[in-house]
Amino acid sequence: MTTGIQYVGTYLERFTEFQSRTRIEHLPWLHRLREDAFARFCATGFPTTHDEDWRFTNVAAIARTQFVLPPIGAVQISGADLQPWRMEEAAVELIFIDGQFAPELSMLDNAQRSIFVSGLEETLVKHPEQLEPHLGRYLGIRRDPFSALNTAFADDGAFVHVGRGAILEKPIHLLFVSRAYSVPTMIHPRNLLLFEEESQATVIEEYVSLGSSTMLCNSATELIAGDSATASHYMIEREHTEAFNISTLRIQQHRSANVASHSLLLGGGLVRNNVHPVLAGEGGECLISGLFIGDGGQHLDNYMYVEHASPHCSSRQFYNGILDGRAHGVFHGRIVVHKAAQKTDAKQTNRNLLLSDDAQIDTKPQLEIYADDVKCTHGATIGQIDADALFYLQSRGIDEMSARRILLLAFSGECLERMKPGPARDHAERLIRGHLLSIASRSPGQNDVSHGEPVAERSWEEVG
Amino acid sequence: MSLLEIRNLHVAIGGDEILKGIDLRVNPGEVHSIMGPNGSGKSTLAQVLSRREAYKVTEGEVRFNGKDLLVMKPEEAACEGVFMAFQYPVEIPGIGNTYFLRSALNAIRKYHGDDEVDAIDFLPMFREKLKLLEMDEKLMNRSVNEGFSGGEKKRNEILQMAVLEPKLAILDETDSGLDIDALRIVAKGVNAMRSPDRAMLVVTHYQRLLNHIVPDFVHVLVDGRIVRSGGPNLALELEEKGYGWIEGEARQAVSVSGY
Repeated sequence: MTTGIQYVGTYLERFTEFQSRTRIEHLPWLHRLREDAFARFCATGFPTTHDEDWRFTNVAAIARTQFVLPPIGAVQISGADLQPWRMEEAAVELIFIDGQFAPELSMLDNAQRSIFVSGLEETLVKHPEQLEPHLGRYLGIRRDPFSALNTAFADDGAFVHVGRGAILEKPIHLLFVSRAYSVPTMIHPRNLLLFEEESQATVIEEYVSLGSSTMLCNSATELIAGDSATASHYMIEREHTEAFNISTLRIQQHRSANVASHSLLLGGGLVRNNVHPVLAGEGGECLISGLFIGDGGQHLDNYMYVEHASPHCSSRQFYNGILDGRAHGVFHGRIVVHKAAQKTDAKQTNRNLLLSDDAQIDTKPQLEIYADDVKCTHGATIGQIDADALFYLQSRGIDEMSARRILLLAFSGECLERMKPGPARDHAERLIRGHLLSIASRSPGQNDVSHGEPVAERSWEEVG
Repeated sequence: MSLLEIRNLHVAIGGDEILKGIDLRVNPGEVHSIMGPNGSGKSTLAQVLSRREAYKVTEGEVRFNGKDLLVMKPEEAACEGVFMAFQYPVEIPGIGNTYFLRSALNAIRKYHGDDEVDAIDFLPMFREKLKLLEMDEKLMNRSVNEGFSGGEKKRNEILQMAVLEPKLAILDETDSGLDIDALRIVAKGVNAMRSPDRAMLVVTHYQRLLNHIVPDFVHVLVDGRIVRSGGPNLALELEEKGYGWIEGEARQAVSVSGY
């Protein structure tokens, strides 16, 4: 593979540069973790569409692009630039600029002793002993080259520690802001979210961008939910359409832990959303819910890998997709029930609305069951806006655009309803409403206009 | 000026001509019934008047309140005062009934330059109409028509009509699938809406509904044409003799005129 050799050389240069500029020294375990991960990445390279897990998503455009690391140092950005992205109702808000924690822009309140929130790098410098037992322990570098790449370049991100029995009503907002550069840049945010026994909190990871230039955001989050912990996680992708966004959420659930993962994919050009929960303790419950809304040439891939490793656990996957223009959506839902996981109750549903002739969805359920007393169901639907419902609304005086929006909101509402009422859900609802306004305002016929014109947008479907 | 004026209306769907020259004038305050056997074009007429796009008008014109109805989109016709109670009301999961009705009312108010009604002002008026149709308020918290029985769906149509107060109400086979109790409630709701400035077009196959909603005029539609018009007694005659009698007459008339 000649191309492979080319880009591995580029990444080797970047990795050497990365190692020379890191602030963290004297942590042999971290050094080894990165070295192993980088070696792993070099051995496998980027996945291709021959790889079953990447059949519908071609990352040749990522492999071909020579990304550089963004400059480090003092961040030149004003609070006003960030205002539109901030979340007023957050208990804590961490701002990351090009993947780097910006404490001066963040809103931190560590007065509550039971909850500790900080930048990952800062914690590696000050309290590495808190991270060593967990960082990299759950996210497998062998399963996914992007996870290996993230681990190799892991230096900053968020560290959230919710202490035993602590209950946080308001959400923790992690806002990742990427700036535009004249050359393609890559960042590898790495988050560790630690929920101790019987704790309860909500974390929102949100990815946005200022300006528009080719970039790769390859994030990875390890979420550990202790016994009887209740954790809600939100992944919100709102970057510009020149962005490659790969995110991986690795959830480790202990006994009777209850975890909800909500994904909301609104932005990004090529997006891959990996969610990988392992129900490792008895009686765990996991909800994996998502909404992806694509138009133009967006490619939104949702890869779910739900592992039942203990008895009496239940998992529920619900993903709804709305695709317009030439957008391509993917839902890949894999459920693995290990031999020990008797009385597993796993369910998976993927529903899609295609708003144009050129929009496309690939949906693929995959069940691997090694236990003999389990309940697993899956289902997928693909449809269009119901013409009868549209006419019904119009016949009552509601204009076509509003009627379309109402119907799309109703479809999206299924995902909102699965979120606990509160600021995080309100935030998600605001974003969805705003986003659907632009989708609904395009009448169905309008997509066809672009046929005759040269397509200026990037095509993610190129064969690599 | 008539409220609704239909002249030589020809309508086709997928190349098949369904309506073959309809003439009809409806004045404010009048209740007209359109009767006819299955496939005669009754529902097509109702759908065209509520501006369903699938039906193509090939000839003729329809004026509503002096305006050309056939250039209007469904929502414009609705805002101008046309309302159709659906034969098969649509279920819309995820949209609350109350929200839907208030959105519709406000869309129409906005069209006329009136202020929107907020949830607090909407409720008392809404409750009054619910009572008229003997509907449980709990139904209104559910999604539009979702899980409603046939009778509940039809009552919901009349409820919408009562809230939106149209100038022309078209009832498309509103009696179909109703038991006698539900029919009585629906008719009570419709009769309460009769007024000197509102007209109604009651499309039905059976005379039964017309015992409860007594029309001023009855028109019999056969094979896309109005073959006979008369008073309420015509409906009774039809009930007695069946459509066969009038269909036979109509065929004869066509063949005679063919010579």
